[in-house]
Amino acid sequence: MASTEEIRSGLADIVNEVAGIPADDVQLDKSFTDDLDVDSLSMVEVVVAAEEQFGVKIPDDEVKNLKTVGDAVAFIENASAA
Amino acid sequence: MGILDGKRVLVAGVTLDSSIGFATAKVAQEQGATVLISNFGRALSITRRIAKRLPEEPPVLELDVTDDDHLARLADAVREHVDGLDGVVHSIAYGNPETLLGGKFLTGPWPDVAQAVHVSAYSLKSLTTACLPLMKPGGSIVGMTFDASVAWPGYDWMGFAKGALEACNRYLARDLGPQGIRCNLVSAGALKTLAAKAIPGFELFEHEWAKRAPLGWDLDDLEPTARTVVALLSDFFPKTTGEIVHVDGGYHAMGA
Ligand SMILES: NC(=O)c1ccc[n+]([C@@H]2O[C@H](COP(=O)([O-])OP(=O)(O)OC[C@H]3O[C@@H](n4cnc5c(N)ncnc54)[C@H](O)[C@@H]3O)[C@@H](O)[C@H]2O)c1
Repeated sequence: MASTEEIRSGLADIVNEVAGIPADDVQLDKSFTDDLDVDSLSMVEVVVAAEEQFGVKIPDDEVKNLKTVGDAVAFIENASAA
Repeated sequence: MGILDGKRVLVAGVTLDSSIGFATAKVAQEQGATVLISNFGRALSITRRIAKRLPEEPPVLELDVTDDDHLARLADAVREHVDGLDGVVHSIAYGNPETLLGGKFLTGPWPDVAQAVHVSAYSLKSLTTACLPLMKPGGSIVGMTFDASVAWPGYDWMGFAKGALEACNRYLARDLGPQGIRCNLVSAGALKTLAAKAIPGFELFEHEWAKRAPLGWDLDDLEPTARTVVALLSDFFPKTTGEIVHVDGGYHAMGA
């Protein structure tokens, strides 16, 4: 199973690829919308790409709760542990 | 053996696996069709990822239905993959939710209304004429409507665009009939797709629908709608055109 840091860095690469944000900026305490300027369409793509990469399902209703990078990493960690 | 064996189908308007277009592409493949899908703008890169979730990964074409160059190039882009089309699915709509939906009927500005009608209604005609050189008798066009014979809460100018789409369907049926090509719409009940969630007040339908529909209704189940689109693409509706088939659990036929 991937470590928290592995998930963060995998997610950072996805955010970089989808939204062009430097991967180093994608840290656990950063908010997708307020700090990283990821808009809703990019967020949809990040979710789709993360589902593929980490082999998890992130339900639509869950996405609005994933405010920070840390929220997303924790969700992926729990979902892949289950 | 499937009811679309040997048929080539373009499904325009697939973003997520919650798109009606995705479910349609899936059922069409299961029924033997060779499928191409399309989308536009920034959503196109999502479509490319989502395409991998279909039973067979289809070619993904870029098509903004408001872009004349895209429409002019469409037939050639399709020919890179298949030598003709037997079916075209129009699963496209857009209306600015900030200005046109959610109780904004009396203030919706014309440029936004014009965009909604262009993307959601006129485009059934433009997509059809762009594909016509690829089609022969027996071909079938299917679009998606949301019952425009009544007014809905929150739906506002999108309802107006659907009214235009329903009229467009009848005129296409008239003008394509002599070429042996059918044009029909599926009027689906409320479904929780990306587009629907952008409609302010969409939640209002959620419980109502399941309560009133005699067959019941599941807002997350796209399969009944997709199967009906596929049936209309098939040879099993040979003399049906200009029609609107309701896939809504029977909701439209009930007074309350
Ligand atoms: N969801 C419902 O409750 C419901 C009910 C009845 C009918 N419909 C209709 O079904 C169709 C598909 O919608 P959906 O609910 O699957 O949502 P969706 O958001 O998954 O699909 C709409 C598609 O339209 C595409 N689109 C928007 N503008 C475009 C443009 N300019 N050029 C090309 N494509 C464009 C979007 O990228 C998207 O793929 C729409 O016509 C919609 O009105 C939906």
